[in-house]
Amino acid sequence: MSNETEKHVSYLDYKGEYKGIFAWIFSTDHKRIALLYLYSIATFFFVGAILGLVMRFELVAPGETIVKPQTYNGLFTVHGVIMIFMVVIPGLSAIFGNFLLPLHIGAKDVAFPKLNRFSWWIFIVGSIMAIMTQFLRSGPPDTGWTFYAPYSTSTGTSVILATSAAFVLGFSSILTGLNFIVTIHRMRAPGMRFFNMPLFPWSIYAASWIQLLATPVVGITLIMLIFERLFGIGFFNPELGGDPLLFQHLFWIYSHPAVYIMILPAMGVITEIIPTFCQQKVYGYKAIAISSLAIAGVGFLVWGHHMYTSGMSEQARWFFSLLTFVVAVPSAIKVFNWILTMYKGSIDVKPPFLYALYFIFLFIIGGTTGLILGSVATNIQVHDTAFVVAHFHYIIFGGMGFAFFAAIHFWFPKMYGKMYNIKIANFASTLLFIGFNLLYFPQFIIGYQGMPRRYYDYLPQFQWAQVLSTIGGVVLFIALITMVANLVRGAKKGQDAPANPWHGSTLEWSIPSPPSLENFDTDPVVKENPYEYN
Amino acid sequence: MSNLENHPHVHRDDEAQKLGMWLFIFTELLLFGGLFLVYSIFRAQYPDNFHESSLELSVTLGVINTVILLVSSMSVAISLTAVQKSNYKLAKLMLLLTVALAMAFMVNKYFEWGAKFHHGLYPGSELMHLLDRGHHLYFSLYFFMTGLHALHIVVGVILLLISYVKITKGKIQSDNFMHLENAALYWHLVDLIWIFVFPLLYLIS
Repeated sequence: MSNETEKHVSYLDYKGEYKGIFAWIFSTDHKRIALLYLYSIATFFFVGAILGLVMRFELVAPGETIVKPQTYNGLFTVHGVIMIFMVVIPGLSAIFGNFLLPLHIGAKDVAFPKLNRFSWWIFIVGSIMAIMTQFLRSGPPDTGWTFYAPYSTSTGTSVILATSAAFVLGFSSILTGLNFIVTIHRMRAPGMRFFNMPLFPWSIYAASWIQLLATPVVGITLIMLIFERLFGIGFFNPELGGDPLLFQHLFWIYSHPAVYIMILPAMGVITEIIPTFCQQKVYGYKAIAISSLAIAGVGFLVWGHHMYTSGMSEQARWFFSLLTFVVAVPSAIKVFNWILTMYKGSIDVKPPFLYALYFIFLFIIGGTTGLILGSVATNIQVHDTAFVVAHFHYIIFGGMGFAFFAAIHFWFPKMYGKMYNIKIANFASTLLFIGFNLLYFPQFIIGYQGMPRRYYDYLPQFQWAQVLSTIGGVVLFIALITMVANLVRGAKKGQDAPANPWHGSTLEWSIPSPPSLENFDTDPVVKENPYEYN
Repeated sequence: MSNLENHPHVHRDDEAQKLGMWLFIFTELLLFGGLFLVYSIFRAQYPDNFHESSLELSVTLGVINTVILLVSSMSVAISLTAVQKSNYKLAKLMLLLTVALAMAFMVNKYFEWGAKFHHGLYPGSELMHLLDRGHHLYFSLYFFMTGLHALHIVVGVILLLISYVKITKGKIQSDNFMHLENAALYWHLVDLIWIFVFPLLYLIS
């Protein structure tokens, strides 16, 4: 073993033909590309979070507080565009999928490393385009991230640039999905069948199919929107024979499956963390694997639940409602299996596990409020209110976001070869949890009582909740800074981390921290069951 | 070893290349699928308008273009078989034929569109906006679908030309031809899309 450590050069230190920054931005190493995504996405997340914080300060009192109404419209639109297209859709797949997928299946890299690098490049191009919308035409788009016609086809703001940015970002997503599907099919280590692959690759596999198949539909839809603005082609304009509802259908045919792109890898992360910190194999491996595919499949059939009040037929509404209830079932199966995995386990509440516990709590709230929204009758009351805003923040931020934080705390020692301060990490996670609930839970209540979404002004009876939420937002922000500062300090000055600090069982823990360029210096030993402890 | 930074594993996997191209083709099918969906919705709504408008298109020119693309699919298939039998001269000739046929298609398209433009019929024109409902939508769809398809012809030609250069340089051989096979596959897709676009726009009169 000592011979190996002498020869071992970590991927962070590896010197190839490029120097300096080019050694990173021209790298085709999946691990470096993962970190490039991490740093860019973390930056965009903070930009989006600050936009959110400005909105919170505006909402702390009725009437105009710190920004004008038009500015507010631009804020919530760009907050949505950044968070959705630049943070949560690429997020877990591009960062942890890139870093861990080849390691989990015993491969040296992904199937198409140069395509992988190209994906990151166009992600950056699309992101720059999205940021430029702030400064061009008569201001950032004010349509909401959903770009509904007819407003989006007529407003004077920079809609074309924003939708073009989304198109480019979508291309990046498609290519990453394609890369991962081929990687999983062709590059598993000898002896690793689909059904003894760990569950994180399973979740990446399911999400990748959605990225591949759903994104082109929104791609063509955005082009139709652009041509509507440029040439008046009329698809969404009733005066020219078109139908604004057609836009909504086409948009949501992608955007609903997109939320499963966000949540499936998140569930995959949780499924890796829980058995590790309970030192027990996953309960119901096959059920979790198949439920990932089921969520991906059924998730293509529920988009109409965003449109119950749009004027669709009764039959359409009950069809979509029924399928929305069906798609909740595989998610529930996963939740049960996670909890059963913990039963009689040897539990160690380290930061990844604490985030995973918070995830389960927040995901359950997000998921069950999704059922309230999925049922047609109750939806009529809460559609387009703060209730919806609370629901999706619980699911996306409480769900995928907390899973993201869990993932970074889990794989940090592997990625950097260092350890962060455990106590501060646990403290930050709890502060985050408190701030999060303070921010979003009151929104359920006032949403139900009638507070509309995307409004900068409101009736005085809702102010109590808006004040609580703003305080929660500040607490959340402080917690985020604490968490990030702790991680950054750990990367720079933390103690050296061993290869397997959490006693994990999957292949990434069998190689040094950080890994070498080609990951496995000797052939990986594939276990029959990826979750074997002791 | 210094090369490994950017090519950490120089391995060849033809199956992976093929799978990658097929997956990309699925995305293209879904891209055009969105347009076909819009077409079917509006045609169901304005069947008579669509019928009338399609009388403005030249079925003859459409048939010629269809035959051109079908023959071009044949020539690219011959090119692939030629490579597999080490007949690189024939392979290159067939690739050039395919590209020439693609150019002919584009020339026809230029005349078709040119005629429409000459009569003031183009996306955003005053005449277009004077058309009523179903007629307007039909022509919007006509320009959008044939335009997007023409863009894919250009992409296909580029892939074919790259294959041509690779054969010249000896990078495509009878035992290493996946690049050409994928380019041919993409070309067949471009042909297939036209096979659907053609009757929907030209043959509904």
